Amino acid sequence: MTIKFNNFTSSCTPLFIDNVDTDQIIPARYLTATDKKGFGEHLFMDLRFKDDGKTRKSDFPLNNPKYRKAEILLAHENFGCGSSREHAPWALLGYGFKAVVAISFADIFRNNSLKNGLMMIELPREVVNQMHKDVEKNSSEQGSVDLGKQTFTWKGVAHSFPINGFVKKCLLEGLDDIGYTLSFAKAIEAYEKQHKTNI
Amino acid sequence: MPKTTYEKIWEAHTVRESAGEPTILYIDLHMIHEVTSPQAFTGLKTRGIGVRRPENTVATMDHSVPSIGRKTLPWLNELAHKQVQMLEKHCKEYGITLYDLDSLHQGIVHIIGPELGLTQPGRTIVCGDSHTSTHGAFGALAFGIGTSEVEHVLATQCLLQNRTKTMAVTITGTLPKGVYSKDIILKIINKIGVGGGTGYTLEYRGSAIEKLSMEARMTICNMSIEAGARAGLIAPDQTTVDYLAKRVKFPSDAEKEKTIAKWLSWRTDEGAAFDKEITIAGEEIEPMVTWGTNPAMSVPISGTIPTEDTEENKNACAYMGLTAGQKILGQKIDYVFIGSCTNSRIEDLRIAAKIMKGKKIAKDIIAYVVPGSQEVKAMAEKEGLRDVFTTAGCEWREPGGSMCIAMNGDIVPAGKYCASTSNRNFMGRQGKGARTFLMSPAMAAVATIEGHISDVREYI
Repeated sequence: MTIKFNNFTSSCTPLFIDNVDTDQIIPARYLTATDKKGFGEHLFMDLRFKDDGKTRKSDFPLNNPKYRKAEILLAHENFGCGSSREHAPWALLGYGFKAVVAISFADIFRNNSLKNGLMMIELPREVVNQMHKDVEKNSSEQGSVDLGKQTFTWKGVAHSFPINGFVKKCLLEGLDDIGYTLSFAKAIEAYEKQHKTNI
Repeated sequence: MPKTTYEKIWEAHTVRESAGEPTILYIDLHMIHEVTSPQAFTGLKTRGIGVRRPENTVATMDHSVPSIGRKTLPWLNELAHKQVQMLEKHCKEYGITLYDLDSLHQGIVHIIGPELGLTQPGRTIVCGDSHTSTHGAFGALAFGIGTSEVEHVLATQCLLQNRTKTMAVTITGTLPKGVYSKDIILKIINKIGVGGGTGYTLEYRGSAIEKLSMEARMTICNMSIEAGARAGLIAPDQTTVDYLAKRVKFPSDAEKEKTIAKWLSWRTDEGAAFDKEITIAGEEIEPMVTWGTNPAMSVPISGTIPTEDTEENKNACAYMGLTAGQKILGQKIDYVFIGSCTNSRIEDLRIAAKIMKGKKIAKDIIAYVVPGSQEVKAMAEKEGLRDVFTTAGCEWREPGGSMCIAMNGDIVPAGKYCASTSNRNFMGRQGKGARTFLMSPAMAAVATIEGHISDVREYI
């Protein structure tokens, strides 16, 4: 799919929890849809709502009006662990997030997110912890994502974050990775001639 | 230079390598199911292209299928039914073999791959499901992918991948009585943490691993993802060959010999280097039980719930309704689930049935036994295992993910405790508010009889 990432500046919604799994991000009972739309309304469903599924839990950050405009989710360690469901980034994007900042991300979740243009900003522990403190003090503090420079600027300091060079190129240029692989169709054909898998 | 199994498979499947670009890696087997494939097929249609290798693609329905009433099929909702209908339609349209609900081979995707002899050493295997690592038990490179990558494989039979690091996880010696492969993997995850394997492919080795059956090996590789690893594998050996020889068709004896030699050639060479190595003594592993809300939060059956005052521990105790410092032994349960891609193979059911034989389940316990596939179900019925379970008072259900992912209506009610042989104890995983204790089938069987978490070593 062709997705081009645009740099942006936004405030953050803090989620100071380690090992947030994809079952939290989008519970399995909402995975029966056959398109990519509508998952946003079920994002963090059981963390956001009480047992009746309607009443908001007032202490959950996503329910706090002061974070309503945030397009960055400020998470903590090993965000997105668990299942390979791409419904997790679809839900985060559908809700309105464009990037997640964390100390680390789970492998499949990171892949799935970047394929959909949800930016994965991995920063050192001390930076992430300081950001949580800063946001607690001032919820309107804004961070800026610059993909070309691979930086996330917070309180005047540009922190660089890692991203695979090819993935970065795809997101900067709106390059379609399936199209890229198909451009090597001859190499695939040649490979298949000498490699037979009899399934 | 000596190479690991991972390196050998990687190199043999490299279609194109170029500095600064990801490797184009060829995929031998692509397994698909109803939940993570519909959007991928929509993507193909938008592009106006087809499935490159339908013959290398195999489908089944396992996540949202009802585990009761195969004739009436009480779908959770219309959407769940539609998902399955879409899979049927897509498989027909693109010529993909589908093991549907009428098939004698239907079952959880990671159970049927090996049963059908499709999972073989040296193959690259992917599926839109994180527990695809299961197939690594055969010395295959197998990993879970998201829906975008499902579309990528359907379109190109390849994936864009970067090499992982490798970690040797050695289990030495012999397992004590009452300790099973589930306990090994829970111990490993407890040791390295839920993110400890991120960026790695794990290779399980050592004498305790070599002694395991294929079924037991699959349980270990299955949960590699719970340590965050891309994949987990075990080098193929005679046990692997014996399992597959019965399931793979060979055109001739000569061909069989050749294939077996090839299978064994994927073994890690003597002296091959790993990026990281950890070792655990098999003798020191006890039956393990999770107490918290991720698979690393576990204790030996003799243990107590950790008292470290961390946010994560506090949240987990609050969700689970447990107290720091309390014993896990004797903790009451309400539900039992014996099933899932981790522990629903014939060996798991034999172990559980042996313990339950002639016994009754404890008062007020609801116990589901859900075989992983139609093949396992038929075998278990023939061996009399079903009768053992149903006589004891368990429910014997139809193959599928059932109460592991709880998206077919099989749920543990909020606040209730479930002794489960599945792979995830995440909040809400078995149903909103459900409280999960992960353990081996033997431990789950004992808990079923006693009504609380008990020590299997006192029963066998």
